[in-house]
Amino acid sequence: MADLLFEAGLEEIPARMIAAAEAELTERVVELLRRERLLGEDHEVHSYSTPRRLAVQVNGVLKRQPDARREMTGPAWSVAFKDGQPTAAAQAFARKAGVEVAALEKVSTAKGEYVAANVLHRGREASAVLGDLLAAELAALYWPKNMHWRALKPERFVRPVRWLVALLDHAILPVEFAGVSAGNLTWGHRILHGDAAVTIDHPDDYLGLLEAAQVTADVALRRHRIRKALDLETRSVPDGRWREDAALVETVTNLTEWPSVALGNFDPEYLELPEEVLVTVMRDHQKYFAVENSAGKLQPYFLAVLNTRPEETGIETIRHGHERVLRARFSDARFFWRVDQKIPLEDRVEMLKSVTFHKELGSYWDKTQANLRIAEKLAGLLEERGTTVDRKALAKAVELAKTDLTTELVKEFTELQGIVGGLYVRAQGLGEKVAQAIYWQYSPAAVEDPIPPTMEGQVLGIADRVQTIVGMFAIGLEPTGSKDPYALRRAANGIVKILAETGLPLVRSDLFAAVPADLDVGIREKLAAFFEERLEFWLRDIRGFAYDVVNAVVAVHSDNMRDAIARAEALTAVRGSEDLAAIAAAFKRIKNILRQAEEKGILNPGREMGATSPDLLQDPAEKALYAEAMKLAPVVEKLQARREYRQALEKIATLRPHVDLFFDKVMVMVDDAAVRSNRLALIAQVLGGFSKIADFSEMVAG
Amino acid sequence: MPTLTASSTPAAFKALTFQELLLRLQGFWAERGCVLAQPYDMEVGAGTMSPDTFLRVLGPDPIAIAYTQPSRRPADGRYGENPNRLYKHTQLQVILKPPPVDIQQIYLESLEAIGIRLREHDIKFEEDNWEWPVGGAWGVGWQVMLDGLEITQFTYFQQCGGMDLDPISGEITYGLERIAAFLQDVNSIYDIVWAVDPKTRRVVTYGEIRLEEELQLSVYNFEAADVSKLWEHLRLYEGECQALLDEFHRNFKDEKTAERHEKIHDRVVHDGVATPAEEDVRVALRRFPILGAYELCLKCSHLFNLLDARGAISVTERVAVMARIRNMVVGVAKAYAAQRQRAGGR
Repeated sequence: MADLLFEAGLEEIPARMIAAAEAELTERVVELLRRERLLGEDHEVHSYSTPRRLAVQVNGVLKRQPDARREMTGPAWSVAFKDGQPTAAAQAFARKAGVEVAALEKVSTAKGEYVAANVLHRGREASAVLGDLLAAELAALYWPKNMHWRALKPERFVRPVRWLVALLDHAILPVEFAGVSAGNLTWGHRILHGDAAVTIDHPDDYLGLLEAAQVTADVALRRHRIRKALDLETRSVPDGRWREDAALVETVTNLTEWPSVALGNFDPEYLELPEEVLVTVMRDHQKYFAVENSAGKLQPYFLAVLNTRPEETGIETIRHGHERVLRARFSDARFFWRVDQKIPLEDRVEMLKSVTFHKELGSYWDKTQANLRIAEKLAGLLEERGTTVDRKALAKAVELAKTDLTTELVKEFTELQGIVGGLYVRAQGLGEKVAQAIYWQYSPAAVEDPIPPTMEGQVLGIADRVQTIVGMFAIGLEPTGSKDPYALRRAANGIVKILAETGLPLVRSDLFAAVPADLDVGIREKLAAFFEERLEFWLRDIRGFAYDVVNAVVAVHSDNMRDAIARAEALTAVRGSEDLAAIAAAFKRIKNILRQAEEKGILNPGREMGATSPDLLQDPAEKALYAEAMKLAPVVEKLQARREYRQALEKIATLRPHVDLFFDKVMVMVDDAAVRSNRLALIAQVLGGFSKIADFSEMVAG
Repeated sequence: MPTLTASSTPAAFKALTFQELLLRLQGFWAERGCVLAQPYDMEVGAGTMSPDTFLRVLGPDPIAIAYTQPSRRPADGRYGENPNRLYKHTQLQVILKPPPVDIQQIYLESLEAIGIRLREHDIKFEEDNWEWPVGGAWGVGWQVMLDGLEITQFTYFQQCGGMDLDPISGEITYGLERIAAFLQDVNSIYDIVWAVDPKTRRVVTYGEIRLEEELQLSVYNFEAADVSKLWEHLRLYEGECQALLDEFHRNFKDEKTAERHEKIHDRVVHDGVATPAEEDVRVALRRFPILGAYELCLKCSHLFNLLDARGAISVTERVAVMARIRNMVVGVAKAYAAQRQRAGGR
């Protein structure tokens, strides 16, 4: 057994791409070893990355591929042997396979009898196998954005590759990529360790030698050290703790090779700015952690994660530098805040005319007008259904929702759109309902985000997204495959989440009631399919319902999203029941019978089937099924009406013995036409009557 | 409010002055083989738009060039009231084609050269990709962060004028005001010490040199510029540029001519023989004023920025005018590349 180390040294890789690349390279290397039969049974895999390197270490690699015997098939037996004597064909094949003619065997295949040879494949040395293949795996890595750097553009990669290490125990593997030949030299921290190369004698030395060269290559360890250092530095702030931010921890872990943390502070007078602004500046622009007290209130401190461990003289300089930058940023933000107050939001509505929403769809002023129409429609529907809407607040919120796009603060911190609008509405005394609605209008942006807390906010959020989606579909910009440049799927997910989680009495089709009447029918259909697909995505991928449960529920109807979710929940709860599985199987059978009957012309498609006539029932089994179904139907109906779906499903499951007995004893497709069509009517009635929660025939057994 | 006198006393002042910073960086790159060019004497929004970058990155000829470039962004003007923002800031631009393999290392040495002891600072290369859609240009690279301050934009140019670059260029853009404020540890750009008189030790600040310009040009850009005249200028410059491009296309664009030119070029350059008529064609192509057309593009681009700062461009106009300028800029880049390829050389 030997140990393998493969490291690619690069100019700084974008932090957001490192984790995926490390995982992919590891998977590729392990898969390559497996494919080449070089992976030992008790192998161990480690992967490492820093901004300047990706590395994989596999302990327990075979030095040589094991020899293998494989059967090789040759000419037909009848061609190879005439009267038991080998022909020239047999001899040629034996030569090719490297065996004696006497060793040839007869094998039977579907096409007849053939000559076969049991051929010994000698394994090759790992070092001979891996060189080119490792390079190919590296070259095949996926990067969201590539570049060229060498003349004639021989390769594309995320950033220039500057060194490669490829070691099998002590031996260098002949790997070459992007004009770089692998060796046993790597490089330490760019500044602290500098130009001197680090010689790796054996893969097991890798981590230790890099650590000595001021590089912590193990990502988990680096992350752990950053968290510890954040804790430690925050201790000097009375009652302070750093605000947890897992995404930011990942980012700084991927921006550093030798991290440490500096605690800095800022003038408490900046705390008069809204926390959202301060935190955005710190987190998004400076990658600093915010510090809060035990009550969660922001404190005038920040934590910067450094890519160095400075000596005492250095840390003061660095802290001072970071404080300077943050001060300038905060002072900018305050300047923008004050400048923005000179033009109240209400005077900014007109200014939206010069902010493009989309070149074919017009300005944000146009969008605002369209949003207003949709919100009005939705408010009308809500009122019809007995929900009180503060129409004035809603209209004001929709009207002002986009005005913050004209403010300096949002131009500077685009990620604060909506939030800034809400804060300005509050500062300008335009009403708390309006402020809340505007503040939350873009939430949920990600599926885990909360929905707007107020009804006006929910309606604004829906109206805005519906307008965008319908507008984009109308000019042919619907998402296709992996392309969704306007994030319409995300917008639709937001609508689904709001409809699913709010108490608003709105269903999906209401959304289309609110779009322009002259919208093309084809586009309407596309929109309906799009929303249906989004609901299924929601149920399946976000709520985690099994795909057959989702299919069964959606096949019935899915206009009311909360109802669809309740039915999916009930179905999931009872899907393990044997009785229900049997019902599902029986319903599938019923569907088949009805379909065949239709195909044979016994049933006229589309024509209403007559009701079951009790007089024509002959067999005790069909009489029993009919009686039970008649008894059960009103009970189930009542439970359904109360949305007690689980109890309803449990009732339906009690039909099982009767259904089973029916199919056991009764033949549906008998010659007597009257009896036959009566039996068809009976099973159709059973199927129709008990398939209103879910279409059981969609359920997959087991 | 900025102060007009420097906060540092001359005796205590040890950091590089603004002009020393400039001299050091230029000296550093000159020693590493760069030609020091002068700032382009026209309004540009960024050092990249100088023909020394935008046009020289095209084609195969290697270059190493460095220059400072005042860059004007009318909408960024703050009447001299904001300590961190300027209408006109100064970039030091370095273009290396092809980029040397140790370009990052050389760059870091340049920081040492201006007195930044790297071991005492926190330096990160964070992803930042650059794009100038109007120029059909983009590249990938980093913003270089020094103790949390973005001091440099580092870009590997990939496309320019809508054309793939081969070889690519490495572009290093230093933000000089920021670096000077950092080195001198002042909170306002206007407090940067521009120069210290070696005899009297009198300090001249950035504010003394530039504040009036920031104030008055903010007034001009936001309030005084005559919108109808700006439109008129834009129309005139655009018309002239377009006329030049049309003429270029008429005379040199079609494929037959292009082929003939290449043959002539080959004969002249490689064999040193050409008929007098052929030589005439080559000369005509070579002296065609594409560089003049580019200057007209720069005029248009600046006028567009001015109109934008005046809030005079509506949505529909904006998209349309930008598309027109893009067509001109990309058209010039393509013509320039064709001209160099077919008539370049001596």
